[in-house]
Amino acid sequence: MPNGAEPALRVDGLKTVFRTRGGAVHAVNSVSFDLYPGELLGVVGESGSGKSVTMMSLIGLLPQPPAEIRAGEVMFEGVNLRTCSPEHLRKVRGPGIGFIFQDPMTSLNPVFTVGYQLREPLIKHMGLNKKQAHARAKELLELVGIPDAERRLKDYPHQFSGGMRQRVMIAIALTCDPKVLIADEPTTALDVTIQAQILELVKDLRQKLGMAIVWITHDLGVIAGIADRIMVMYGGQIVEQGPVKEVFRAPAHPYTQALLRTVPSVRGDRAPKLSVIEGQPPILTAAPAACSFRDRCPKAFDLCHSQNPPRFEAGPGHDAACFWNSAADSPRAAPLILTEHDHA
Amino acid sequence: MPDATKPPLVQVQGLKMYFPITAGVFRKHVGDVKAVDNVSFDIHEGETLGLVGESGCGKSTTGRAILRLYEPTAGSVKIDGIEIAKADERQLRRMRPTMQMVFQDPQASLNPRMTIAGIISEPLDEHTQLSKKEKLLRVYELMDQVGLNRTFANRYPHEFSGGQRQRIGIARALALNPKFIICDEPIAALDVSIQAQVVNLLEELQDRLGLTYLFISHDLSMVRHIADRVAVMYLGQIVELAPRDAVYAQPLHPYTQALLSAVPEPDPEAEVDRHRILLTGDVPSPANPPKGCNFCTRCPQVKPICHEIEPRFQEVEPGRYVSCHIYQDQNTTAGNTAAPQTELV
Repeated sequence: MPNGAEPALRVDGLKTVFRTRGGAVHAVNSVSFDLYPGELLGVVGESGSGKSVTMMSLIGLLPQPPAEIRAGEVMFEGVNLRTCSPEHLRKVRGPGIGFIFQDPMTSLNPVFTVGYQLREPLIKHMGLNKKQAHARAKELLELVGIPDAERRLKDYPHQFSGGMRQRVMIAIALTCDPKVLIADEPTTALDVTIQAQILELVKDLRQKLGMAIVWITHDLGVIAGIADRIMVMYGGQIVEQGPVKEVFRAPAHPYTQALLRTVPSVRGDRAPKLSVIEGQPPILTAAPAACSFRDRCPKAFDLCHSQNPPRFEAGPGHDAACFWNSAADSPRAAPLILTEHDHA
Repeated sequence: MPDATKPPLVQVQGLKMYFPITAGVFRKHVGDVKAVDNVSFDIHEGETLGLVGESGCGKSTTGRAILRLYEPTAGSVKIDGIEIAKADERQLRRMRPTMQMVFQDPQASLNPRMTIAGIISEPLDEHTQLSKKEKLLRVYELMDQVGLNRTFANRYPHEFSGGQRQRIGIARALALNPKFIICDEPIAALDVSIQAQVVNLLEELQDRLGLTYLFISHDLSMVRHIADRVAVMYLGQIVELAPRDAVYAQPLHPYTQALLSAVPEPDPEAEVDRHRILLTGDVPSPANPPKGCNFCTRCPQVKPICHEIEPRFQEVEPGRYVSCHIYQDQNTTAGNTAAPQTELV
């Protein structure tokens, strides 16, 4: 949707490093992306690829130390969230940017009722009184499809099933009408039939409420079903980004290509042998000086070992950080212009 | 490929695994969690049976009860013609080398204080009289088989990645030349790109060593890849059991239909006009299953009879078993497979 509209969220050159006893871990390396109003951006990558850390960094949810955000700008409503005051950041979390965490059991407070946990942000952020907050809380539970909402408000998190708990998490994230909603693997812990229910719910809510959503997952199938745009992360960097249909039809980065090949399907023809990506994901002890996928890449050539590829355009709104030109099936020349990746 | 002329290697008949619920100071028995309720199936030599279902449906419990890691409440389990479910401890111990297990969480199932060589050779210490040197040679051989570098033999589990740890677990399971291996969600804890490596390894080993697998998983697409036949479990019972291609091309049980339609497809074009069968509600508690058919509370094609009588698990086509009233007491299912799939939202 990047047709002239102002992005709701603009992230530029974000770098996050964890200081550990074993040395530094460069979890996020110069990540830049825009999120447009009303858009659903899917973020995929394997564990450790930096997808959650990127999202947590941008609204300051990582404990510092051990985390350290070294560089970058996070622009939301004209304010740089990385340099703004903690008070402003607190105001942004909730009404500005809402967050749904992966595991609903550990992110809900077990000693408060669901009603209390829904009312708290309504009273603190939205300035409602107790009665209004109660009415709104009930509305929200109904919105996310929890039957018998009035009675369920008095229940504690352990009285809900996994799917219902995830609905409660979504309801809490929606309490303050966020402009941007970040959902971190919201369906990974759920069974497929419950996941299908949640996906339908999100599609439905998006139409009703029109917010921008970032959906983090490792399941390419989920992305294919709900996202407008996809961002593929590997080794703490965005390796490919573009409209979902484009990226699935013509993936430009060898990692995306391999990832799409390794996923077996329940429909269509059954491949006799699964294709694999040999080797292991990189350990990010240093900022990348070369392509982080080079050791597992079938297309790697000498340039990949000496320089970190910048993002090359692969189509309208579609780019990939790779020196191999997949469309022409030929290597690209080394870039003359320095981009943010090169002086990483 | 399975040899149908020989008797099946694994025969499970009417397996039940109930966990008692107790209450009060005297721990009075007040009910049972029917984790596995009357499950029967065969696995032929060299075959892979995929056991799929959602969390809590009893698939892992089935696997554990077969190997007598739990004491089954009722039923018979025969492996290679020998009754396991009622064998005494000494007999059971003699049987252990033929049947092994690969566990879900490679982090939790490997002792962090033992070296890789120690872990892989532990079954050899227990069940063989090999000398130290012979054991080490066997460990190296196993490490080669699963694609681990021999130089890692003296390292500890934490030094390995998830995929490598699962290879260690597989090597340990292979140590005693088993015939039958239960793989309990062996790839659930791994990343997509690593899952394919482990599945391919399991397939290679099967070809090379003629292994028989019970592959327990909630990942329907991986089961489609590895299994020859597929059993679908719901609330402690097998609702459908059929050859792999038949299940995926034309699922018969309404639960299998819903389960397959809920799997998202990695293809945005196809996702746009996909019709999902959305199940409403959650799985009932196995402590208090509904009367009649277990699936009647969520079934989109429910009939009055489903609330009353439990359907029988019966063969509707050669090799295809279904437990559903839609197909009950009919010899052909041609008319029924086109049964309307109502969409519930």
